[in-house]
Amino acid sequence: MSRLSAGDVLPRQVFEISRADLVAYAEASGDHNPIHQDEEVARSVGLPGVIAHGMLTLGLVGRAVQEWTGGAEVVELGAKFVSPVVVPADAPATLAVEGTVKDVADGLVTLALDVRSGDTKVLGMPRAVLRVDPAGRSEG
Amino acid sequence: MPVAADLVGRSYPAPAPLEVTAERVRAFAAALGHDSSYDDVPPTFPIVLAFDAMQAFLDAEQVDLHRIVHGEQRFTYERPLRVGDRLSATLVVRTVRSLGVADVIGTASEIVDADGALVCTGTATLVHGGGE
Repeated sequence: MSRLSAGDVLPRQVFEISRADLVAYAEASGDHNPIHQDEEVARSVGLPGVIAHGMLTLGLVGRAVQEWTGGAEVVELGAKFVSPVVVPADAPATLAVEGTVKDVADGLVTLALDVRSGDTKVLGMPRAVLRVDPAGRSEG
Repeated sequence: MPVAADLVGRSYPAPAPLEVTAERVRAFAAALGHDSSYDDVPPTFPIVLAFDAMQAFLDAEQVDLHRIVHGEQRFTYERPLRVGDRLSATLVVRTVRSLGVADVIGTASEIVDADGALVCTGTATLVHGGGE
């Protein structure tokens, strides 16, 4: 993509998260917390149902960021998990990631992000900072 | 069971280093839906090791994983992770706040490479509570 400038609106990315995705993420990450697999356990601790791993959500944001920037080096990535992404057994949850370029300074790009499942904002104070090499991959 | 405030300052190393192998990275990237042309290490990959350190903390303090909800996670990176890295992590409890129905535990995990150089720092908030 072309050089990023403050105010640029990045193309919205939408991901689906199914129960099978939660199983795959648990295997790959080692996070076998049953609240991501077992409806009964999830409800027993006061959750509305099986929820996605927060780090799966943040990982998908990381993927969106990498796709927007052509794999620019990530310097900071993080968020608060303010609302769970509930994943029903019979249909995947959706995750919509919107981003704008908030700031470009000293070789660092800061993105403003809005991450929702349905109408619900699921990440609070999401933050992504990338290093952009003037001759490098973010130009790709 | 409430989490004691006197845990603040205690540290809990992950029991073993994490070898960043191509196979592990590929599986992690695939679980995030990256296609096979993606050959970097996803930025959230260090959670694999930070999770081990968190599990060591939970085991030591006899907290059940299923009573923990991840409240916040942030990473700052000194350099990108690379296949071939051998990473170690130690979690430090920074804060414990009681909200009545839940305890909110603030942690920081420093992740270092085989030379002891800092690769990234993960800060996490763990919410402990709910249910019996």
